[in-house]
Amino acid sequence: MNVEEILDLILPTVAKPARYTGGEWNSVVKDWEACDVRWALAFPDIYEIGMSNLGLAILYDILNCQPGVLAERVYAPWVDMEQALRAARLPLFGLQSRRSLAEFDVIGFSLPYEHLYTNLLNMLDLAGLPVLALGRDERHPLVIAGGGATYNPEPLADFVDAFALGDGEEVVLDITAAIREAKQAGSTRETLLRQLAEIPGVYVPRLYGVRYHADGTVAEVRPAVPRAPMPVRKRIVATLPPPITRPLVPYVDTIHNRAAIEIQRGCTRGCRFCHAGMVYRPLRERPVDEILDAVDAIVANTGFEEIALLSLSSSDYSQIETLVRELVSRHGAEGADSGPGHLSISLPSLRIESVSVNLMEQLQATGRRSSFTFAPEAATERLRGVINKPISNDDLLSVAEEVYNRGWKTVKLYFMIGHPSQTLDDVAAIVDLALEVRAVGRRALGRKAQVNVSVSTLVPKPHTPFQWVPLADEADVRAQQEYLKDHLRGPGLKLNWYNYQETLLEAVLSRGDRRLGAAIHRAWELGARFDGWSDQFKVEAWRQAFRKTGTEIGFYTWRPRSLDEVFPWDLIDVGVSKEYLARDYQASHRGETRLDCREQCYACGILTAFKEQRAGSPAEAWGCPPLGPS
Amino acid sequence: MRIGFAKGEPLKYISHLDLARTWERAFRRAGLPVAYSQGFNPRPRFQIAAALPVGVTGRAELLDVWLSEPVAPEEVGARLRPVLPSGLEVSTVEAVALRAPSLQAQMRAADYRAVVHSQEPVESLRGRVQTLLDAPTLLRQRHHKGQWQTYDLRPFVQTVAVAAGRGGESVIEMRLQASPQGAGRADEVLDVLGLSLIPHSVERTTLYLEFDK
Repeated sequence: MNVEEILDLILPTVAKPARYTGGEWNSVVKDWEACDVRWALAFPDIYEIGMSNLGLAILYDILNCQPGVLAERVYAPWVDMEQALRAARLPLFGLQSRRSLAEFDVIGFSLPYEHLYTNLLNMLDLAGLPVLALGRDERHPLVIAGGGATYNPEPLADFVDAFALGDGEEVVLDITAAIREAKQAGSTRETLLRQLAEIPGVYVPRLYGVRYHADGTVAEVRPAVPRAPMPVRKRIVATLPPPITRPLVPYVDTIHNRAAIEIQRGCTRGCRFCHAGMVYRPLRERPVDEILDAVDAIVANTGFEEIALLSLSSSDYSQIETLVRELVSRHGAEGADSGPGHLSISLPSLRIESVSVNLMEQLQATGRRSSFTFAPEAATERLRGVINKPISNDDLLSVAEEVYNRGWKTVKLYFMIGHPSQTLDDVAAIVDLALEVRAVGRRALGRKAQVNVSVSTLVPKPHTPFQWVPLADEADVRAQQEYLKDHLRGPGLKLNWYNYQETLLEAVLSRGDRRLGAAIHRAWELGARFDGWSDQFKVEAWRQAFRKTGTEIGFYTWRPRSLDEVFPWDLIDVGVSKEYLARDYQASHRGETRLDCREQCYACGILTAFKEQRAGSPAEAWGCPPLGPS
Repeated sequence: MRIGFAKGEPLKYISHLDLARTWERAFRRAGLPVAYSQGFNPRPRFQIAAALPVGVTGRAELLDVWLSEPVAPEEVGARLRPVLPSGLEVSTVEAVALRAPSLQAQMRAADYRAVVHSQEPVESLRGRVQTLLDAPTLLRQRHHKGQWQTYDLRPFVQTVAVAAGRGGESVIEMRLQASPQGAGRADEVLDVLGLSLIPHSVERTTLYLEFDK
């Protein structure tokens, strides 16, 4: 039987078979034989999540625009499909050609979060590939990874051949060129890897050696070959490349089943827990006209009925009101002058201090009234000083009032517990604040008003001012969650909270070193996959894996770290300097805040690291100040 | 506007709801003025005659769409064709009266054609088909809203016939009830015949509406 015949037997037996059949509108079909560099772009979670990832969509577009280059997508098959593939001995395949991943030249994994690591191993295995990088040779595809989680690449050092750090738009072409050259020259894998290591932004873990102190902390990381850079600085694009205007239109209902356009990259706020806010610096805005033209094209090319204006903090976009007003007048329900109209606009991340009444009224005009989400992250003004998210409760309440008054029934509030210096009073304040918001809602809407409170636990992340902070311990977190569950009940209130064991795994992997590879490998062998899915998370497999590999969880999580400790991820330079992070961490002890760095530069290191890119960009394109005369 | 269309191999694993959304987006790409429902959450007005089971292709499917401005049927077809994904084809477009009863209410029956890649002699298959047709009831289990229910498939089966196809294949043609009172599923009939695990393809070839009688 050929692949199609096997699939015809398998697909009717699995959930949502269209996850595995591709062929979406705007998908690109290229001639396999006519291409000499073939990428499999892999997202190690299910189709519905992977298809909503803009990063992968951008790379798919860029690569397929290149002559002689082909890029296909592949997502993690859900457990039913994995079983069916293994039973039928069908290797995991690219969605377009249905060829095994093993036939591609390179597999590029996108890793936005740590819970995907075991899925990466599983996808390699499903393609019949050795999961260990050293087990692969010239016969096998190169395995590359990038994305938010890989700013600490070390836990995956055993499995991934090379990491691409930072903005992917340019580096992906440099990597493609190196692969093409190596294929033409018939180079060995070793030679290719050394060439890749010379591309700015590429980290090849096997070319580095790590020495540890007796207490387990890192003593030194050193390149094992002369031309491997130390540290490896992430890549950035000086200005955002033109947005994609022919995104794929899925058949299956994906989690974000809509078009998306990135209106800016980076953030100027500096919340101390926030990984994205540090690693995606500097802030680069896309001009309004470019966005408007792109949205016209996207609507015409896709037929999507919703567009998301993506950014880490959409309401901080300097011309957000102008942008939304113009979008509503071009594409709104009424008075659409061209195109099908009825386009709803979503702003996924709004900051309390920058949402204006005007903006709310415009969003209201797009007709969608589901909910409004805010992330105060902490409920007392003292603690917000510690985490550097200085908003006032009065502002939050008055914004909530405006929201309810305009007909939105639900306000969602995101909080974290486990911040440094947090006390029970800070946790109790979450309850008080949620009740106050509900009271505001009830004044506007009566008993229809709803407050959904989501409380996660702080996972200290590498490259943030909180990288030194111990993870809160289990007993405390459970007690705080119980308190919240007891007090946040009743009509109009809903509480979401997270299993501590899942948080713990994320915390271990986030600040892990390359010795964790053994535990990840063992956990996968014991059946761990889809670790981010509560119904699939196998805590016992992980416990056993940690035990068998002698991994001390506390070392990675609850241990206090001294300011001069060398971290495994220090060899990655994200542009924000460790000295700055340390200063900012110390400022947090004093509750000192640093406001929007567009107003005042705090010298985080970005301008030093990316001086040339700054010099080559217009003054208004970056959040950072233009360079002075030097 | 009533549109006759075919849903082919590339799209056969797309669910009914996903197909509806695919049509909505195709109309938006075509720039055709679809009418929206009234109310709190206005929706574009589309109606597909009958859900096609996942895995089954359809040769003569029907879709009604309400336009907010008059557009000639030929133009609707001409604007749609370039923006349809592979696997979706428009065959006919005709204007229907706004007051006409809904497609779903008019549905009565459908013909299915299954090609089974089995080496079994047609005669022996025929015997099993006759047993099926002679059975007074065919009790089957189905999963509905989280629980298993028993139902009788037999009243939904109107005709079943077997013929020899190419290269040892067998072709099973069946007419199954498909009305607001209930619909028979081709895969269930194949399962009763013991064919569900043998490679096969199923196509819905004809829809019968009330006025066709």
